[in-house]
Amino acid sequence: MASEAYEAVIGLEVHAHLQTAAKLFCGCTTKFGAPPNDNVCPVCMGMPGVLPVLNKRAVELAIRMGLAAHCEIAPFSLFDRKSYFYPDLPKGYQISQYELPICKGGYVELPGDGGAPRRIRLVRIHIEEDAGKNIHESNASLIDFNRSGVPLVEIVSEPDLRSAEEAVEYLHELRSILVYVGASDGKLEEGAFRCDCNVSIRPRGSSELGVKTEIKNLNSLRFVEKAINYEIKRQVGILESGGRIPQETHLFDPERDVTRPMRSKEFANDYRYFPEPDLPPLRVPPAMVDEIRAAMPELPAERRARYASELGLGGYEVGVLTREREVADYFEAMIPRLKNPKSAANWVMTEVLRIVNESGKPIEEAVPPAAESAALLKMVEETKISFNAAKTAFAAMVKSSKSAAATIEELGLVQVSDEPAIAAACDAVLAAEPDKVAEYRAGRDKLFGFFVGQVMKAMGGKANPKVINEVLRKKLAG
Amino acid sequence: MTSDLHKLTIVEAQARLSRRELTARELTRACLDRIAAVDSRVNAFLTVSEDAALAQADAADARINAGGAPALCGIPLGIKDIFCTRGLRTTCASRILENFIPTFDATVIERLREAGTVFLGKTNMDEFAMGSSTENSAFGPTRNPFDLERVPGGSSGGSGAAVAADECIAALGTDTGGSIRLPAAFCGIVGIKPTYSRVSRYGVIAYASSLDQVGPFTKSVRDAAIMMQALAGIDPRDATSSARPVPDYLRALTGEVKNLRIGVPREYFVEGMQPEVERAIRGALASYRELGAETVEISLPHTEYAIAAYYLIATAEASANLARYDGMRYGLRVEADDHIGLYNRSRDAGFGAEVKRRIMLGTFALSAGYYDAYYLKAQKVRTLIRRDFERAFERCDLIATPTTPATAFRIGERTADPLQMYLSDIFTISVNLAGLPGLAMPCGYDDRGMPVGLQLIGPPFGEETILRAGEAFERAFTPRRPAL
Amino acid sequence: MSQKRISREQVLHVAELARIELSEAEQQQLETDLSNILGYIEKLNQLDTEAVEPTFQVGDPGTPWRDDVVTNHPEPEAMLLNAPAREGRLFKVPKIIE
Repeated sequence: MASEAYEAVIGLEVHAHLQTAAKLFCGCTTKFGAPPNDNVCPVCMGMPGVLPVLNKRAVELAIRMGLAAHCEIAPFSLFDRKSYFYPDLPKGYQISQYELPICKGGYVELPGDGGAPRRIRLVRIHIEEDAGKNIHESNASLIDFNRSGVPLVEIVSEPDLRSAEEAVEYLHELRSILVYVGASDGKLEEGAFRCDCNVSIRPRGSSELGVKTEIKNLNSLRFVEKAINYEIKRQVGILESGGRIPQETHLFDPERDVTRPMRSKEFANDYRYFPEPDLPPLRVPPAMVDEIRAAMPELPAERRARYASELGLGGYEVGVLTREREVADYFEAMIPRLKNPKSAANWVMTEVLRIVNESGKPIEEAVPPAAESAALLKMVEETKISFNAAKTAFAAMVKSSKSAAATIEELGLVQVSDEPAIAAACDAVLAAEPDKVAEYRAGRDKLFGFFVGQVMKAMGGKANPKVINEVLRKKLAG
Repeated sequence: MTSDLHKLTIVEAQARLSRRELTARELTRACLDRIAAVDSRVNAFLTVSEDAALAQADAADARINAGGAPALCGIPLGIKDIFCTRGLRTTCASRILENFIPTFDATVIERLREAGTVFLGKTNMDEFAMGSSTENSAFGPTRNPFDLERVPGGSSGGSGAAVAADECIAALGTDTGGSIRLPAAFCGIVGIKPTYSRVSRYGVIAYASSLDQVGPFTKSVRDAAIMMQALAGIDPRDATSSARPVPDYLRALTGEVKNLRIGVPREYFVEGMQPEVERAIRGALASYRELGAETVEISLPHTEYAIAAYYLIATAEASANLARYDGMRYGLRVEADDHIGLYNRSRDAGFGAEVKRRIMLGTFALSAGYYDAYYLKAQKVRTLIRRDFERAFERCDLIATPTTPATAFRIGERTADPLQMYLSDIFTISVNLAGLPGLAMPCGYDDRGMPVGLQLIGPPFGEETILRAGEAFERAFTPRRPAL
Repeated sequence: MSQKRISREQVLHVAELARIELSEAEQQQLETDLSNILGYIEKLNQLDTEAVEPTFQVGDPGTPWRDDVVTNHPEPEAMLLNAPAREGRLFKVPKIIE
């Protein structure tokens, strides 16, 4: 909510890397993390005489995303040259799509908290190539072209968002869809998902759009939220003091949490779009779209529905488990081995996610694999260990990378459920405390806990509490 | 006794090489000697790679001796300095690439290299292929071997002059608005611009992407067919290259033109044409009729709009193609405090006047508010020009025209007024806009002895037809060699 | 001569878009040359192209796309061979201020 008088109007342009092996127009690898200028060739370096050849898989993944976002897939679209000068743009133009993009329209539904899902409309999705990276030093800039030519989809939303929170929710869902359909790995830290925000405000009730500020190149959802909130406040401040909002492009300064105008006029350029003469028009036959539709991985919304109806999980659990595809996959890998999916759900939501969130690492690096989690819970199911023991073991496995079985063994966490052994221990305890036994039988129920504790202590903490309870109750009953 | 080996055609050289009457090394040596003897006057070559050429010749000899060598094995060629040649300086006749060394071969270069041809060196051209006379080279003009005070034509003037002067047996050029056909006509030799997409453009420094095509300069039409065979074919690195199978071009040279319908467009016989040019062309048409062909008057009504359309489309595409010359990753750099200054100064220092003119024109044609009126309009006119040809080819098998309205002009004669220079292309430019194949060959000489070039234009992928017609004419016409 | 079809201001704007610094003499010459050329180009307006589709490409393209396979191997020294300025494996340019 901007203020009582004003409403915020926000549109987002997301650039996401498509998960292809090779770049969009050449055979260089897209793999992240190589030494600078390793993954380059004359084509993605813009050397004289080179020509682009389109990567088919990029088209397939873009179509997948378009289908997942309910877009219209254009049977005929064109690539265009977008001209501007910048040191990380080797050809002095970017090959993009302008008038005829591959996907038009569409929408993304935000799950909403119990209420009806809110639909955020899209304008279009198109394919384009990424630029290189600038590394700024004190008196020079250094350029690495490894990223130049990596395929991107640009996803443009209508200005349907009304708050920073909603914008973040939208970005989360969008990223989720991209990852779920396998179009992108969405790794923010690798620059695989970036966002430009268009923010304007208008008097409540008005349907005209105000002057917008474009905030460029946000690569963290936290920054998006901060930048939008700051910008809304800034614009309200200007209007309320009688000023006018200039149309500007801003950058977000994460050290001071403010937005500020860009100093260079690079992006106020006239892009002089014209159809790319080096590439034939992009023709997508309906049969190809059908094939891609048939092979689509499950969408987040579909998975959410399945968890609710087939696994009987509640809304909140479903939400937490499906927020990241990798977490949902982890959860699902556990359930075949267990009787009760809810125990897996709980486990993932508490133990697993706690460690993942604390570590800040992705799930496959932060915690032992799903098979090991399932092994632990299975042992609990079979009463081989207690639930607490499972938690202890898991914590140890995070550091050691050893298996569940080995860890339980090593830490001596196997639970004793052997009745005679427990009975013997009970007998011993009761025999040692005749007065307390008498008091209990006279009505001091609270002493039961004391006896349980003593038995547990006598058995070195390894006894199955359920069995202790049963045996003690029988014995105390006389 | 000076050897005349450099005067051989490809056909003659092939025969002698295969009979071991001649080695590739001897042939290469003869060409290199010829270059040494005349090129200080002609200035056809920017770079001569003597050692590399001799090494290629030796390797070619080994293959020929082993048997089964490809058709062009051992044939010494001149290569327009627009083709990327791995490890060998490639300048595009521009200061901005004066010291640029490509790290890869253009596809056609790679193929020719694998076929054992010998590369004598890189030939002069108009800077970035922008020009009709080779006077726009940053390294001095090339001179016409028939008259050193006259231009050889452009932009592939170096390759044209080199073949005419027998500095090489054949040469490679490119043609965007006439840049092979015009020099071929001015220098009295054969040049072909193939159908757009017939030959790979990968590794050819781009001027206008939807117009550029690679083609050969040769001393005869038969030689041109041999070169075409080696050059044509799809390239997976060029998405615009055609998958159409390559026919046997030599097989097409039957000498038969009986009942061939030759279209003669009335718009190509304009007032102000040099009378000797018209005479020579009409003479050629008469020869064709004697050979049994039929001439048909046709009309290409939008001819007069072709230059205007071309100078919007080509310059627009060029303005983007030349944006990469920015001093950042290669090429000339003039230092500045900030990157904008670096761009501005490097490009100012590196580009010649004509290049700047065309970049400015092209940028303007694409700029906000002008795109529809200029660039888009020109592409629509392009459609009208294409349709002219489609309609014409319903009534004829090929079209015959003069290549240029006049023979080679004097050096410096047209440099004051760019528009005057642009009008040299008036008969060649439509062919590029329509993407058709065009062949230029000598058919006569003016009163000063300057060559007149006949142009044969074919329907799309009609190289066989124009080669056949050209070779048939050639059987009855002996071209002159310059007195150089 | 004939009327001016491009102003000095426009020439400067286009030069800025094209990132070419022009001397005073060059600016003047370009104003004249471009004006003449644009004057010549005006003849295109004689043609009614309202119902005509533009031709952006000719010929017969045979390669709409290629398979998603990595075919290139790292050759950073070759790529940096022509670099006007470098620092290690990176291209060095004047500091970019945003």
